Amino acid sequence: MLEVRNLSMRFGGLLAVDQVSLDVNEHEIVSIIGPNGAGKTTVFNCISGFYSPTGGTIRFQGEEVQGKPDYKISRLGMVRTFQHVRLFNKMTVVENLLVAQHRHLNTNLFSGLLKTPNYRQREQKALDRAAYWLDRVGLLELANREAGNLAYGQQRRLEIARCMVTEPTMLMLDEPAAGLNPAETRDLNHLIVGLKEDYNVSVLLIEHDMSLVMEISDRINVINQGRPLASGTPEEVRQNDDVIKAYLGEA
Amino acid sequence: MQDLLYFLQQLINGLTIGSAYALIAIGYTMVYGIIGMINFAHGEIYMIGAYTALITITGLAALGIAWLPLILIVALICAVLVSSSMGWAVERVAYRPVRGRHRLIPLISAIGMSIFLQNYVHLAQGSRNIGFPALIQGGFQFGSPDSFQTSISYMQITIFITTLICMTALSLFISRSRTGRACRAVSQDLGMANLLGIDTNRIISATFIIGASLAAVAGLLLGMYYGSIDPLFGFIAGLKAFTAAVLGGIGSIPGAMLGGLILGVSESMTSGYLSGEYKDVVSFGLLILILLFKPTGLLGKPEVEKI
Repeated sequence: MLEVRNLSMRFGGLLAVDQVSLDVNEHEIVSIIGPNGAGKTTVFNCISGFYSPTGGTIRFQGEEVQGKPDYKISRLGMVRTFQHVRLFNKMTVVENLLVAQHRHLNTNLFSGLLKTPNYRQREQKALDRAAYWLDRVGLLELANREAGNLAYGQQRRLEIARCMVTEPTMLMLDEPAAGLNPAETRDLNHLIVGLKEDYNVSVLLIEHDMSLVMEISDRINVINQGRPLASGTPEEVRQNDDVIKAYLGEA
Repeated sequence: MQDLLYFLQQLINGLTIGSAYALIAIGYTMVYGIIGMINFAHGEIYMIGAYTALITITGLAALGIAWLPLILIVALICAVLVSSSMGWAVERVAYRPVRGRHRLIPLISAIGMSIFLQNYVHLAQGSRNIGFPALIQGGFQFGSPDSFQTSISYMQITIFITTLICMTALSLFISRSRTGRACRAVSQDLGMANLLGIDTNRIISATFIIGASLAAVAGLLLGMYYGSIDPLFGFIAGLKAFTAAVLGGIGSIPGAMLGGLILGVSESMTSGYLSGEYKDVVSFGLLILILLFKPTGLLGKPEVEKI
């Protein structure tokens, strides 16, 4: 589904990402881990089109996407979250989910002014889908609150729901557990695995929380100082000497 | 009693002119709210609306049409159509190519556009002021004939009611409609809206079109109210409306409405009780005062630096 080959990103004299390759197959949770400043988010930004990579190829659903603008890539079915929460804070919870479906319910202005049956029907469908996802992430009772007033963990879940209403095939989560307490992290675990199982989305994950990564990932890619260090199943990575060195330092 | 009537008269004049300022101010505040730039050509869009209305009215009169509602409605529709396509074109030609650059660049582009449009109308319509027929005449009078009389003209009532309708429609549009919802999302986080698949360019165009349409309505109304227009017609009104937008908190739509009314009332009170020559001093002085104590304007929220 996603094929990254020899991805490089250079900022002036700094080679932030050097020859990174990774794959995400259908129905798979793949994680990128590595120490702080290893270039994980840069990899993310290249894939999602925030940066135009200086080298390498990125194929998504068979199409080369490197250097394409972010909104075009997102329309292919790849959505992402950011390290910090980026909700529309002054809109209500349900509006956040409705606005994410804007493209799917594109109708012209006049049908909106006249409230044609078609318009109503689509709006109702969007509302149903929003309600479904709010229920799924446990925020249904808070539907009419302003998103900015939610607790942090709730905002994180709302973000995931907002990604899911766009019906993606691949979800990219940048440190979704950052700032969550252990109980919330466990809930998030279940949620992510559930998304994969029930909705057939693939997940590409950046995470610091080792327990989360080890538990839910099908495969893990380790990056250190912009270079690929190891990749494989959680078990393989756990026993890899290079990984242990990078994380614990050399003895 | 007489004092009260006099005060009432100033208040009515102020609310009339203030509501027209508010209509123009919406255009400034919405564009700022979405792409963070001041559209200095907005006053010219308003002026072009007034000219289009006048040309339409003259044309209809030449055709021998005398039924007032028809004339007004046709003039309104033409003014809105021309101004909104102009607003759309200005964004497309002068602002979109420089979007995302340093803040000063779109600003200079806007000033250039304003000068261009002003001079274009100078050339096309001449620089002298042209009389605008007072289509709506008459009004109510209060008070005894031998002392001060408060009068409300039908024109003033028309301005006030039209503004009220436009503002209500706009509020409903922004809060209820799909496009309005997308407008709010784009103004809060353009990048994220883009990522979620909203066609942000289209939303930005829509904002310009809405602002220009309201300005065109104001152009028709104030053209009739003042009785004459010239190519500089948009300059002062634009400046005042911009002041109103800043006063109320730029980026906030209710703020623009409030700012317009405050500005209008304070101007007419100054003219009524002090002297007409002081009205600009007072209104801009008020702006400075409010910005000193509340830098984000009356209803503006402090801008949080986006990371």
